Amino acid sequence: MSRRFDGNRIKDKVFQWFGIACTLFGLLMLAVFLISVLKEGIPRLNAQFFTSLPSRKPEEAGILIPLFGTIWIMVLTSLVAIPLGVASGIYLEEYGKKNRLAALIEINITNLAGVPSIIYGLLALEIFVRILGLGKSLLAGSLTLALLILPIIIVATREALKAVPKTIREASYALGATKWQTTWFQVLPASSGGIVTGVILAISRAIGETAPLIVIGAMLYITTIPSSPMDDFSVLPIQIFNWLSRPQKGFIINATAAIIVLLAITFILNGIAIYLRNRWQKKVKW
Amino acid sequence: MNPKSILILFAFIALAACGGKQTGDAASGALSGTVNIDGSSTVYPITEAVAEEFQKIQPGVKVSVALSGTGGGFKKFGRAETDINDASRTIKPAEDSLAKANNVDYVELMVAFDGMAVVVNPKNDWCKDMTVSELKMLWAPEAQGKIKKWNQIRPEWPNEEIHLFGPGVESGTYDYFTEAIVGKSHSSRGDFTASEDDNVLVQGVASDKFSLGFFGMAYFEENRDKLKEIGIDDQKDENGVGPILPTVETVKNKSYSPLGRPLFIYVNSAAGKRTEVQEFVRYYLTQVNKLSAEVGFIPMTDEETAAVKAKWETFITSLPTQ
Repeated sequence: MSRRFDGNRIKDKVFQWFGIACTLFGLLMLAVFLISVLKEGIPRLNAQFFTSLPSRKPEEAGILIPLFGTIWIMVLTSLVAIPLGVASGIYLEEYGKKNRLAALIEINITNLAGVPSIIYGLLALEIFVRILGLGKSLLAGSLTLALLILPIIIVATREALKAVPKTIREASYALGATKWQTTWFQVLPASSGGIVTGVILAISRAIGETAPLIVIGAMLYITTIPSSPMDDFSVLPIQIFNWLSRPQKGFIINATAAIIVLLAITFILNGIAIYLRNRWQKKVKW
Repeated sequence: MNPKSILILFAFIALAACGGKQTGDAASGALSGTVNIDGSSTVYPITEAVAEEFQKIQPGVKVSVALSGTGGGFKKFGRAETDINDASRTIKPAEDSLAKANNVDYVELMVAFDGMAVVVNPKNDWCKDMTVSELKMLWAPEAQGKIKKWNQIRPEWPNEEIHLFGPGVESGTYDYFTEAIVGKSHSSRGDFTASEDDNVLVQGVASDKFSLGFFGMAYFEENRDKLKEIGIDDQKDENGVGPILPTVETVKNKSYSPLGRPLFIYVNSAAGKRTEVQEFVRYYLTQVNKLSAEVGFIPMTDEETAAVKAKWETFITSLPTQ
């Protein structure tokens, strides 16, 4: 009896240490990556790097154009993906009937979230670039990325809505509110934290994407900051990819510096997401 | 220098002076608009360098240079989606008929030459030349793990292991070599030392008596003292009989075949009516020799440059006005 008991305790300990080792392994890899990137890239981060156009000479090259491209993409993608995604989520969760069709749609949306991003690129190349004739413009790029993150936003919205207790809806209905009033004045404010978090995480994924944009033809050299949604563009990940494929050492350093900038943007976005989530959690009480 | 070449030189200095003034004026009367370029990834570094310099004097013109490859670029060019196509070969009949079908008229302008050197160690006293079929036997995907010794290529060569060096599979140089030698782009044996940094290849071949490598001629020229180039025989007598060494001359007259080729840009004639495209191409042709040498290609001679400039000017004046 006591031996079996000891055996279980040992198993418990072993698993505990295994879990700790796994966690540390992930953190260690992240630390190694961050330290090597920071060590190599930080000295390159000066004003010149942020204000220069691309160049064939690594020391003269900068990220002005891809940085603006990334900001454009972020704004345009949000404008398209957020209303569509949130509205779809609300419909599916609050209005849609729970039948077999709904189940089918739900499975497909979850699957879509797992489709490799390059597939979205191929779809966009045919539909946006060729059929709609948008070319390799910012608009085409944003629509592509919007498609890519739509399933993520829909799933996040639905999860956030599900977390709102049924009692809130029932109380609202009991007071004679319509479905729309209930959703707009009770359910949405209560779930905003979750929705906003999901949206921001989706956007930060979008700005890190390279493959679909390369497929639609955004791997190019441009000399001016895009000024309208129909302009050609470049974004940070593509610039990093481009620099890494060049033989000169100077471009590798440029690429690591650009990686730091991209990481910083992602961290800031994630930070905002966490902040908003905490704020809303405090405000909403039930 | 003979009197004739001195005369040409003077003519050029005068021409360059005029050119400089012209562009200066254009800069003060700043242009706007777009120049949309796609095509060969081999020509891309040249066009990119020109675009970068052009941007400094004409910041209002939006120049975009993409790299879909020569064929992919010609598809867009033929549908009038781009103004200029970078090409590492001349246009194919099928691409030409696509352009014709879409009423796309164009002009072909040569901009530089590209050559590839096959090199061995200077201590290698047996290998002075190879035929294209021998190179194909050595580099084809089937050779992997089978062709491992020099005497498998020619029986009289030593019974020693051959060590292969080549550019990374992501490079245009690799594409170009495999297409010319193996017959299919991006297809070769995988068991060779590959590096994106040509200096690594130079060091590799320079320190190993039984090595063989290939890379752009520019790198060979810089490291002539550490390497030995070999002649290439394509066994086609119309391209010169017997093995031919890569030199600026043999690359240009196409006798160093199939590892040498001229590079082109194709300009859409509708685009050629636009001032910003005219200025860009004009600037391209005045700067291309300096810039192509800088990024590792063989520049055109002064005569060729003058001829291609004249071809462009004639072409734009021949265009019907809008």
